[in-house]
Amino acid sequence: MRRFGPVLVVVLTIFALWYVSSFLMNRTWVMDQATRAGTDPGFSEVLRETMNQDRAKLPAPHQVAAELYDGVFNKKVTSKRSLVYHGFITFQATMAGFALGIIAGVALAVAIVLSRVADLTLMPWAIISQTIPVVALAPMIVVLANAAGADSLMVPKAIIAGYLSFFPVLVSMVAGLRSPGGMQLDLLRTYGASPAQVFWKLRLPASLPYFFASLKIAVAASLVGAIVGELPTGAIAGLGARMLIGSQFGNPMIMWSALFAAAILAALLIWIVSGVERLAVRVMGGGQA
Amino acid sequence: MMRQPSVVMRIGLPLGFGLLVLILWELLVGAFNIPPAILPAPSEIWAAIERSTAILWVDWVQTVVKGALTGLVIGSLAGFGAALAIDRVDFLRRGLLPVANFVAALPIVGVAPIMVMWFGFDWQSKAAVVVVMVFFPILVNTLAGLAATDRMQRDLMRTYSASHAQTLSKLRLPAAMPFIFNGLKISATLALIGAIVAEYFGSPTKGMGFRISTEVGRLGIDMVWAEIAVSALTGTVLYGLVVLIERWVTFWHPSQRRGR
Repeated sequence: MRRFGPVLVVVLTIFALWYVSSFLMNRTWVMDQATRAGTDPGFSEVLRETMNQDRAKLPAPHQVAAELYDGVFNKKVTSKRSLVYHGFITFQATMAGFALGIIAGVALAVAIVLSRVADLTLMPWAIISQTIPVVALAPMIVVLANAAGADSLMVPKAIIAGYLSFFPVLVSMVAGLRSPGGMQLDLLRTYGASPAQVFWKLRLPASLPYFFASLKIAVAASLVGAIVGELPTGAIAGLGARMLIGSQFGNPMIMWSALFAAAILAALLIWIVSGVERLAVRVMGGGQA
Repeated sequence: MMRQPSVVMRIGLPLGFGLLVLILWELLVGAFNIPPAILPAPSEIWAAIERSTAILWVDWVQTVVKGALTGLVIGSLAGFGAALAIDRVDFLRRGLLPVANFVAALPIVGVAPIMVMWFGFDWQSKAAVVVVMVFFPILVNTLAGLAATDRMQRDLMRTYSASHAQTLSKLRLPAAMPFIFNGLKISATLALIGAIVAEYFGSPTKGMGFRISTEVGRLGIDMVWAEIAVSALTGTVLYGLVVLIERWVTFWHPSQRRGR
């Protein structure tokens, strides 16, 4: 209770503030309507009106929750209005990009640790690649992927997601592969180990905790990439596309439910990845990492 | 241990690699006759940059100066101020830190359409998206930094009978600086992403995101690459500026010290 008490209070306060703001922000519209109709609504009437608008400036929490529930459970999974359907499209792109990011990140890290020239040449560019706003590149990635023969939006979305997720893996793996100390390296030298043996028997196992720690950041970055990849690419399915549709039709409920669906998806992904991390630590005989 | 690489190697190798990529790009586009509507050669992109400097400048001011930088400054100050306030109250720290950590991992770019609805098409909505995106990384990193001093150091301040403000300004804020700059580095890249993403949800007829999406539609691909080049340069320079300021502020930190 000592741990959860303050968190609970904070979360409840956020909800209370949300209700108050949605009352304040939606009141203008209610008052305008009343003036036009020539009525003078009392406080309780205004309060009820502000909480149940279809196109509220700030929908109340229960409206978002209802819309979310409706989109997840009441629609058929194959329906174009189902959040599960859109979430799954984004999830696929996220996973493809995550896999791409892991492969690219690990491969680059191995090259950087094994070769001085690669370290000096590639590391600055890896950093620069992350300072380039990937959203600007996204439309070009789509054009190039189409020209190269990709027939769906999945490929460019996965590339964008991978572009964002390889960096945390790269940085952690470089640190992990370099983590064995002089003592351990010296011990292997006294055994007469070859460089390949040092890599497979010492550096790689030593890097695994770093690797798993980076995965949580990488999967969150990958999801951001998948959503961002859906915005300027003319996608019609996926959570990002859903936000775009909500924005174009001026329908706040679609935007809010897509935003929260994305948040829930992110929480699920991070939860699964940390589960895998704990499992891996236990299987490898590690203690409380 | 390892020999320090010379300055020539440290700058020459990455620069050479970049040049090599550009030359290969130019040659391959020529050799395979790739149409400019798919991938223009670097020379054509440079021509587009020279041709439409005025448009690029207007877009840059709209997106970077008005949208990204305004949002970055407001969001960082807000995150920093909130962190200082939360740090004073232990209850808030225990309650807000897990929530802030959680929110910092969420895809916050999704608030872009909502901000565009609230603040209109012009730069205010872009700055608002950037404020929300930047707030949490700064908050979380500042809080972590303020917790980075150890017991002994704080006890020493107490034996000097230092006030909360004195402990903060003389011990804990300097110790927090490496963490805060970490947050600023993350935020600098997020700010550009936020400002450009928000333009995809509606913008006046200028701005880098607007130009990119309209020029893709008109097949003005060389202009799109010109905007990409400008945004890449801006992102790198912005990041570099944060690193320079960090070096100047946290010159005492082990990671900044130079062997001489």
